[in-house]
Amino acid sequence: MESISTIEGEVAVLDRSDVDTDQIIPKQFLKRVERTGYGEFLFYDWVRDGEIELEPHPILVSGRNFGSGSSREHAVWALHQFGFQAVIAPSFSDIFYSNSTKNGFLPVVLDDEDCQKIVEAGQAKIDLESQTVSWDGGEASFEIDSEIKRRLLGGLDDIALTLQSEDEIEAFEAGPGGTYGPVTTSL
Amino acid sequence: MPKTMFEKIWEAHEVRENLLYIDLHLVHEVTSPQAFEGLRMTGRKLRRPDKTVATADHNVPTDGTPAAAMIKDALSRKQVETLEQNAADFGVPVYSLGSETQGIVHVIGPELGLTQPGMTIVCGDSHTSTHGAFGALAFGIGTSEVEHVMATQTLVQNKPKTMRINYHGKLGEGVTSKDLILATIGKLSTSGMTGYVVEYAGEAIENLTMEQRMTVCNMTIEGGGKAGMIAPDETTFEYMRGKPGVPEDFEAAVGRWKKLPTDEGATFDSEINIDATRISPMVTWGTTPGMVIQVTDTVPDPEKMDSPADKEAAERALQYMGLEAGTPMEEIRPERVFIGSCTNSRISDLREAAGAIKGRKVADSVRAMVVPGSALVKAQAEDEGLDEIFREAGFEWRGAGCSMCLGMNPDILIEGERCASTSNRNFEGRQGKGGRTHLVSPTMATAAAIEGHFVDIRNWS
Repeated sequence: MESISTIEGEVAVLDRSDVDTDQIIPKQFLKRVERTGYGEFLFYDWVRDGEIELEPHPILVSGRNFGSGSSREHAVWALHQFGFQAVIAPSFSDIFYSNSTKNGFLPVVLDDEDCQKIVEAGQAKIDLESQTVSWDGGEASFEIDSEIKRRLLGGLDDIALTLQSEDEIEAFEAGPGGTYGPVTTSL
Repeated sequence: MPKTMFEKIWEAHEVRENLLYIDLHLVHEVTSPQAFEGLRMTGRKLRRPDKTVATADHNVPTDGTPAAAMIKDALSRKQVETLEQNAADFGVPVYSLGSETQGIVHVIGPELGLTQPGMTIVCGDSHTSTHGAFGALAFGIGTSEVEHVMATQTLVQNKPKTMRINYHGKLGEGVTSKDLILATIGKLSTSGMTGYVVEYAGEAIENLTMEQRMTVCNMTIEGGGKAGMIAPDETTFEYMRGKPGVPEDFEAAVGRWKKLPTDEGATFDSEINIDATRISPMVTWGTTPGMVIQVTDTVPDPEKMDSPADKEAAERALQYMGLEAGTPMEEIRPERVFIGSCTNSRISDLREAAGAIKGRKVADSVRAMVVPGSALVKAQAEDEGLDEIFREAGFEWRGAGCSMCLGMNPDILIEGERCASTSNRNFEGRQGKGGRTHLVSPTMATAAAIEGHFVDIRNWS
C-alpha cells in the first residue's frame, strides 16, 4: 500500500448525500477479476447521462453517508484509479470507510459547514500527521483512529502485520476458541 | 458485570486487542477473485479452508443453466469459473452452479447449519448481517479484508458501539418482518445505525420465525448498521435441529448457546423504542431504503421537508422514480414483480406469497417472477407444489440466485420499468439502468402482481 502524508490540490465536488457504491461503480463492472481498470467507469451512469462532470483532482468533497450500500471495494478502486486520493464528507458508511483505509485512500470526516467552505475555496491541503485540513481562509481538524493513521502513514500491509502475531493466532486456535463453529470441509 | 450478547461474542473471539478470530468465512464469486490472486502473488496459503465455504450467486443465470461453463455472458462465466478454480486450488468447498446446495450465500449458510449462535461470520457482502438472526456476530467486509481473513483467519477491528432497538407489542395482521425493518430504517434514516452493532429485541421480535428474523437482520446494513443480532431462543434451536453442519452433540451446544443472550442490566450505547403495534405495510417511494412510507400514504412532497439536503434528495428521487408528490401509493402501478433475494427468498417467504394467490392471476400489465434463494429452497417448494401455484397464476418460476436484486445476471429491469421487489435496495439503477424499484414484503409484492397496483394487504380479500 502507498503511504500517505499530505494531499493537496484542487477539489472536485459531488453535491449529493447518500452516494451509494452502486452509483460509484455500477454492477456491470464488478464482473472483472482484476484489481485495476475501474477508474474509467467511475460514476458511469451519472457521467454518461450528463448528470455530473468530475475532474480527477486530488480531493473529492461530497455529502453525508458517502459510500453506503454494497461492500464492493471496487468503489474505492474506481475513485482512486480515477485520480482522487481522498474524499471529504460529513459521514461515511462503515464498510466504505474501512475499504478506503486498506487502499491508501483517505476518507476525511468534516462537518457540513467545513465541507461547504472547502467547496468555496476550491482547493485544500490535508495533513494526515497533524489531522488537519486547511484551505484559503480556514482550517479544521479531523478524527482518525491512531492505528489506522499509523498504517496509512507507513503504507503498512495489514496482512504482514497480522502474520507477525502468528504465535498468538496459533495459541487461540489451540484453545477453546479454535473449536467453535462448523467444519465446512466435512459436509 | 452484566454483558450484552455482542460483548460476550466479541470477548470470546479476541486473539488480542482489536484482532478478532473468525469462525466462518463465506465466499462468493464477485468479491473474492482479487483476494485469491493476492494470496498467490504473496505466496500465502488460505489458512483455514475448513472454516471457509464458497458459492456462486451474484452472476448466475436463473434460467436453468446447469453449469458454469454454459453461462452465456463471457465475463460472468469467467468469474464463476475463476471461483471454482480458486476453490479447488486452495481447498475450499464450493457449491457452484449445478450443485444441489448452490444458492445465495446468506440463504445457504443457515440452511446448511453452518450459521450458529455465538459465532463470528464474515463475507465480502454487505448483507452478511443476515446471519445475526441466530445470535452470531456477522458483518460484511471488502475484498482486502477477505484476503486478510483467508491468510490469517482474523480481522483487525475496532470495537463498534452497541444499540438495542426494543419493539413493544405485537405486529398487526398482515404486517411482516419486512415492514418492521423498513419502518425502522424510515424512522432512523439510512445512516441512523452507522457505527453500531444493533440488537433487535422485544415481543414483536421474539414472535418472529427464524426466516422472518433473517429478513430483519439482513437489512441492518440499509440503516448503516455494522451488524444486526437477535438473541437465540427455542425458535432458533428448533430451526437448526437436524441441519447438516450443526454440532454432533446438539443438546450440549444448546446449553452453551443459552448463555449468549444479553444479561439483565447490561447497557448499550444507544437504546431505541418502537411501538410495533403501529407499524403498517410499507412501500419505498424513492431511491434509498429510508425513503419509505405506509402503503396507505401518498408520495411525500419535497417542499414540506425540513432540510435543504432532504428536499433536494427527494426531488431527485421523485424525478428518477417518475412520481408526483401527493399520489396515493395504492395508485402506483408496477409492471414487474420480483419475489426473491437474500432478504425474502426462503421457503416461508415463498409459502406466504403462494398462500396469498388463492387461485387469482397475475394482472395482464405485470410480468412477475419468483426466484428461490437456493437450490434446496427450490426443491422444497417444488415438493410442496408451490411452483405449480405460482406458474398457474402466471408467475415465472426460476432457478436459484441473486437474480434481479442487483442486475449482475440476465434478470434486469429495462429503462423506466417499475418493479415491486422483495429485495433490499432501491438505489438508482440497482435492478437495471433506469429501473424503478419499490421495496415491499412478499405478500405485498404478490398482491401488487395480481391487482396491477399496490394494495393495503390488510384490506385485500
